[in-house]
Amino acid sequence: MALKFPIFMDAQSTTPADPRVVEAMIPYFTEKFGHAASRNHSFGWEAEAGVDRAREQLARIIGARDPKELVFTSGGTESINLAIKGIAEMYREKGNHIVTTVIEQRASLDVGKRLERQGYEVTYVPVRPDGLVELEAIQKAITDKTILISVMFANNEVGTIQDIAAIGRLAKDKGIIFHTDATQAVGKIPVNVETMGIDLLSCTAHLLYGPKGVGALYVRRKGPRVRIAPLIDGGGHERGMRSGTLPVPLIVGFGRAAEICGEVMAVEGARLAKLRDRLQDMILSNVDEAFLNGHPERRLPHNLNISFAYVEGESVLMGLNKETALSSGSACTSSTLEPSYVIGALGASAELAHSSIRFSLHRFTTEEEVEHVGARTIEVVKRLRDMSPLYELAKEGVDLKSIRWKAE
Amino acid sequence: MAYSEKVVDHYNNPRNVGSFTKDTPGVGTGLVGAPECGDVMKLQIKVNLDTGVIEDAKFKTFGCGSAIASSSLATEWLKGKTVDEASKIKNTDIVNELKLPPVKIHCSVLAEDAIKAALADYREKHVADAEASR
Repeated sequence: MALKFPIFMDAQSTTPADPRVVEAMIPYFTEKFGHAASRNHSFGWEAEAGVDRAREQLARIIGARDPKELVFTSGGTESINLAIKGIAEMYREKGNHIVTTVIEQRASLDVGKRLERQGYEVTYVPVRPDGLVELEAIQKAITDKTILISVMFANNEVGTIQDIAAIGRLAKDKGIIFHTDATQAVGKIPVNVETMGIDLLSCTAHLLYGPKGVGALYVRRKGPRVRIAPLIDGGGHERGMRSGTLPVPLIVGFGRAAEICGEVMAVEGARLAKLRDRLQDMILSNVDEAFLNGHPERRLPHNLNISFAYVEGESVLMGLNKETALSSGSACTSSTLEPSYVIGALGASAELAHSSIRFSLHRFTTEEEVEHVGARTIEVVKRLRDMSPLYELAKEGVDLKSIRWKAE
Repeated sequence: MAYSEKVVDHYNNPRNVGSFTKDTPGVGTGLVGAPECGDVMKLQIKVNLDTGVIEDAKFKTFGCGSAIASSSLATEWLKGKTVDEASKIKNTDIVNELKLPPVKIHCSVLAEDAIKAALADYREKHVADAEASR
């Protein structure tokens, strides 16, 4: 099959909607356009039925006992805000301390910062060089004021998958509520709120081949019954936890997307892991001083993150951007002008953070695309190294650390 | 954010990539920036010792596309200028020529620093050479 450009290999930023998802959504824009909270006519009942079905589909993929435990939101960011702020407010009397990690996504970290300004205390537990959080480190961070442990399921940059079940057990033992940001994991790898002891779980549709603009927060109802204060007040929708007219077409799409993921997960995960491994082998065996970021095994099957020493990430992306969409931890590609704090937290030098490239594969990625992207990446990195003063110095045997750089 | 055509052109066809041997008479080398900041430029000039004109210039850059383009452009502009003329190149000239957006202005500043460092290195060595030959 001929390659079609540009190739999308940035599926941890978003995924294309599955055509079957779009198909399921369409009637809910036109014929079945009712307000899901309209109790007295068929338009409302139809819309409500669509939402109920989606809630069941979603409950199934995360192993929730009761679909009512799911609250629809506008996406992962809102779910995370609702979970952490909602617990902080609701359990203020009980304590003011939250334990989280340094590699959470921005939404979690920024909520933490805001809560700190409001008088809460947040401990950001460090991670190992492979991205794993040590259970002991979490345990040590817990105080008698701890009301919440919040740890991401799988990392958005390096794909490292945490031992969520172990953290869930620890939280249960200590009687602390446990939230996980599972935006990158749901639909991709097995997630089960019951067996993993998860009390709150954030997820989003657009990372599992659903539409943008809808997410969900799982809120445990039994053992323990978790209560959260809402962020948005209004008509009392979603059992008072999230008011606002439900975006029925988006929710229907979310449900369908989750259902498809459930059906194909094992096969799709194995296929993508094989393609990812091929890409990894190709690059690492052809480029010297290229380093894999994250855990080599405990990693999302569609994720590959590599630092290419002596070349800057944005310049690699620029060499490929006509044909391939990727992302980099380089400062030049971030809005904050700082290199990736995730790669930094793994103990890599800032230089290697600037040099990191993330490849993320998806349902529609083909073998031909992987071969092409691998070959072109190797070419571009080699070309850039030929014009890198750092590579030249390193090849001359100069220790770059011995040079007194004049930082701006 | 899309790149300007000129940045893309310099990135795809960088002018004067390479190195001179540092101790060649007439060669001045500037190495500026820092790996942890994501930008390092090495810029070299080769001055005709009789005329004081920069006959050749080369660069190597670790950095984003705009940093590569800024240093590539700098080498183009340096060629044919006298050492004094070269010292008048300003980062704003580079910004205007490459149409760099505000977030990339530091790339042009680094290129100006690289020019200044290369000129200073040349002057220092040239004066030392001249004194030695006296």
